[in-house]
Amino acid sequence: MAKADFEIPELKEFPEVPPVVPGTMAHSQPFIAKPEFQESLNFPGELVDDWHDKAIDAMGDLLGKYRSLQVYLDSCVKCGACTDKCHYYLGTSDPKNMPVGRQDLLRKVYRRYYTFAGKYFPKLVGAVDLTKEVLDDWYTYYHQCSQCRRCSVFCPYGIDTAEISMAAREIMDTVGLGSKYNNEIIVKAQTIGNNLGLPEPALVDTLGGLEEDLLDDTGLEIKVPVDVHGADVLLVTPSADFFAEPHIDGLMGYAKVFHAAGISWTLSSYASEAANFSMFIGSYANMKKQAERIRKAALELGVKRLVVGECGHAWRVAYSFWNTLAGPFDFLDPNYPVPQHIVEFTHQLHTAGAIKFDKERNDGKVLTFHDSCNVSRASRMGDKPGGQYRLPRDLLRASCNNFVDMPRETIFESTYCCGGGGGLLTDDLMEVRVKGALPRMEALNHVIQENGVTHMAAICAICKTQFAKVLPYYGMGMDQIISLHQVVGDALVLGTPNQ
Amino acid sequence: MSFLTVAFAALFYAATLLLVVGLARRISLYWRTPAPLKIPTTPAPVTQGGVVLRMFREVVFFESLFKSTKWTWLFGWVFHMALFAVLFRHLRYFTEAESIMAVVTFVSPLFKYLAFAMIIGLLGLWGRRLFVDRVRYISAPSDHLMLLLLLLIGISGAMTTFVAHTDVVMVKAFFRSLMTFSFSDMPNLPNDPFIVVHLLLVAVLMIIFPISKLLHAPGVFFSPTRNQVDNPREQRHIADWARKLEQ
Ligand code: HEM
Ligand code: HEM
Ligand code: SF4
Ligand code: SF4
Repeated sequence: MAKADFEIPELKEFPEVPPVVPGTMAHSQPFIAKPEFQESLNFPGELVDDWHDKAIDAMGDLLGKYRSLQVYLDSCVKCGACTDKCHYYLGTSDPKNMPVGRQDLLRKVYRRYYTFAGKYFPKLVGAVDLTKEVLDDWYTYYHQCSQCRRCSVFCPYGIDTAEISMAAREIMDTVGLGSKYNNEIIVKAQTIGNNLGLPEPALVDTLGGLEEDLLDDTGLEIKVPVDVHGADVLLVTPSADFFAEPHIDGLMGYAKVFHAAGISWTLSSYASEAANFSMFIGSYANMKKQAERIRKAALELGVKRLVVGECGHAWRVAYSFWNTLAGPFDFLDPNYPVPQHIVEFTHQLHTAGAIKFDKERNDGKVLTFHDSCNVSRASRMGDKPGGQYRLPRDLLRASCNNFVDMPRETIFESTYCCGGGGGLLTDDLMEVRVKGALPRMEALNHVIQENGVTHMAAICAICKTQFAKVLPYYGMGMDQIISLHQVVGDALVLGTPNQ
Repeated sequence: MSFLTVAFAALFYAATLLLVVGLARRISLYWRTPAPLKIPTTPAPVTQGGVVLRMFREVVFFESLFKSTKWTWLFGWVFHMALFAVLFRHLRYFTEAESIMAVVTFVSPLFKYLAFAMIIGLLGLWGRRLFVDRVRYISAPSDHLMLLLLLLIGISGAMTTFVAHTDVVMVKAFFRSLMTFSFSDMPNLPNDPFIVVHLLLVAVLMIIFPISKLLHAPGVFFSPTRNQVDNPREQRHIADWARKLEQ
C-alpha cells in the first residue's frame, strides 16, 4: 500500500453516505501559478490590489455571457438531491464538497451583489460580502471539483456545478489567482503544441522508438507517422499517449488498427495535443486558441478526417465544442462525422468486417470498463444517445471473452469520476485525489471480489494516470488500469509477419 | 368600503404588479442571456421533439429528482401536484367563463381534499430539511421560512374550506371587481380571520416570487443542460459575443 500522510478511506462493501464534518478539506489548495505563466494567458501576474471590485465585475460579465451561470445561481431550491452525489463529498465528508455546498460559495456572493434579497436582507438568504476568506474558500473548493457533472444528472433543474466552478476559476484568473498546474500546462500547449512541452524532435524520436517496439512485438512494420502530408486521417491524441503508462499501449493499439485497416494516418507535431485544459479554467478565448491549432494542422496537412484518441475532457471539447470554437470543418470528408472518436473509428471498421479479433488472446484477463465523466455526461459516440456507453463495451466484448460491468449506479450516466479530472491531476492535490477515488474504488473492488476482475479498461488519459497512481493506495495494483485500445490491439488479427 | 377592503385592494394591485413585472424581467433576462456552448447532460435527445419530451418529463414527473432521492421526490411531487390542483380549483374565484366553471365545479368536491396532500408534502420536505444533516447544512433561514409560508397559506385555506367557512361569493365579487376595475360595485371583503391571513400571505408569496428561489419554476425551462439538443457535430452553434472573437 502506498504511503500517505493523510487517512485513506476504508473500502466498504455497501457504500455509505458519510455524516457532515465541516472543514475536513479546508487545508487543500493547489500551488499558485507563477506570474510569467499568468501573464502569457493575459491574466494579471498575481492577485491584484483591487481584486474585490474586479472579481465582482468579472462575475457580472460572466452572468451576461453564460445563461447557465445566471439560471443556475437563481434556480437552486436547496432540495438536497445532489448532496450525496459528489465523489469528493463521499470521500471527504466536507460539506463544501457537496455540489450545492460548492455552488453556494459563489451563490452567496452573487446574492449579495446582484439580487434584491441579498442586498437588503443578506442574513435571511445567506448572502455574504466577498472577503479574503471567501476568496480563499473559492480557491480551495473550486479546486476540489473535477467538473465531472455527476451532480447535474441528479439535480431536478440540471444545475451543473462544473459550470459554476469553471466560472469561479475564470473569475479568480481575472484577478490574478490561477492554479500552477492548469495554467502552466495551457501555456505549454499554446506555445509548444502539447501539455508535456515535448518539442518536435523529441516527439519524432519517441515515435520512432515506438515503431521499434511494435516491430519487436508483432514482427510487422507498423508505422506511427507524424506530419505526413496528404494522409487520410489526422489523429489528435492526448500527449500522455506518447510516453505515460498505460497510455502508450493504447497508442500502439491505435497504430495497429490503422495498420490492419490499411488507412493512412498521421499525427501532427504542431497540434500534438487533444487535451484542452482551457476548459477547466472556463476560458472560452484560450479554449478557442487551442482548438484552432487543430484546425490549422488539419488544413496544412490536407487530411480528410479528424480522429480523436482516448481522452475524456478532450472528447468533450472535440465533440461538443470544436465546431463552435474552430468550425466549420467543411473542408473535411462529409461522409464521416467531424470529429470522430477512435472508438467510433475502430467500431465502424469492426462492424464493416475490415478488422478481426482473436478474443482468446485476452483470456488471461477479466475486464471491466470505467466510463469517463466527460464522455458519459458531456458527449456522445455513434448516432444514438447512449452510444458512448455501448460502443466501447461492444469493442471490449468483441475482443475478450471475460467482461463484467461494475454496479449500475456507478457506470453510464451515473459513473463516478476517477478523482483526478477537471485539472486536479497534480501531486499538490494528492489527498483529494485519493479520497475522491473512493466510490470508484469501492465499485471496482466489488467486481474484483465477486467476479474476479483483473483489469479495468479506460478511454481517458487523466483517468489512466490517476488510477495508476491511486490504485496502490487502496491495495490494488497500478497495472490493473489499462487502455481500451491495448485490449483491442492485443486481440487484433494483423496478418503474418514478413520475416 | 371598509378599511380592510381598501387596504387589500391596494395590496393585491401592488403584489400583482411586482409579480408580473418581476417575472417578465427575469424571464427576459434568461431569454436574452446566450448559452455559448453546447452543454446538454448526455445522453440527451438528438431532436427538438426529444427535448420537448425530456422537459415534459422533468416538469410533470420530476424525472431527475426521481432518479436521485425517492423521499424528496415523493414529498416534492405530491406537494407540487396538489398545489397545482388547488390553484386550479381557485379559478372559480376569478373567472365567469362557463366552460371553465363547469370543469372546476366538477372536480372541486374531490380536489378540495388535496389541501391535505399539499400540507403533508410540505411537512415531509420540512422534516427532511430539519433532520437530514446535509440538507440542514445547506438551508438558509429563507429556506425554512418559505416552507412555513406555504404551510400557513395551506392551513389557513384549509381552515376556511373545512372549519370556519367564509362568504366565498363575496370573495369572488371582490376579486372580480379588482380584475375589471369596477370599484363602484366593489363589495366588502369578509373579515373572517383565516381568510384575511390567507390573502395576506398569498400577497407576500406573490411579492417574493420573482426575487427568491421560486424562480426555479421559470428557471427549469431555461436550463441548458436540459433544453439543448445533442447535435454539436451536425450543427454549428455560436453565440453573438463569441462570433466577435472570430477574425
Ligand atoms: C414549472 C413549475 C414547477 C416545477 C417544475 C417545480 C419543480 C420543483 C422541484 C423539482 C423541486 C425540488 C423538489 C422539492 O423540494 O419539491 C421544487 C421545490 C420547490 N418548489 Fe417547485 N416547481 C414548480 C413550481 C413551483 C411553484 C409555483 C411554487 C410555489 C408557489 C413552488 C415551490 C417550491 C418550493 C417552496 C420548493 C422547495 C421545497 C423545499 O424546501 O424542500 N414550485 N420545485
Ligand atoms: C388571490 C389568490 C387567492 C385567493 C383569493 C384565495 C382564496 C381562497 C378561499 C376563498 C379559500 C376557501 C375556499 C372554500 O371555503 O371553499 C381558499 C382555500 C385554499 N387556498 Fe387559497 N386563495 C388564493 C391563493 C392561494 C394560493 C397561492 C395557495 C397555495 C399556495 C392557496 C391555497 C389554498 C388552499 C390549500 C385552500 C384549501 C383547499 C381548497 O379550498 O381548495 N390559495 N383560498
Ligand atoms: S461536477 Fe462532479 S466534482 Fe464537481 S461538484 Fe459536481 S459531482 Fe462534484
Ligand atoms: S439538486 Fe439542484 S436544486 Fe437541489 S440542492 Fe442540488 S443544486 Fe440545488
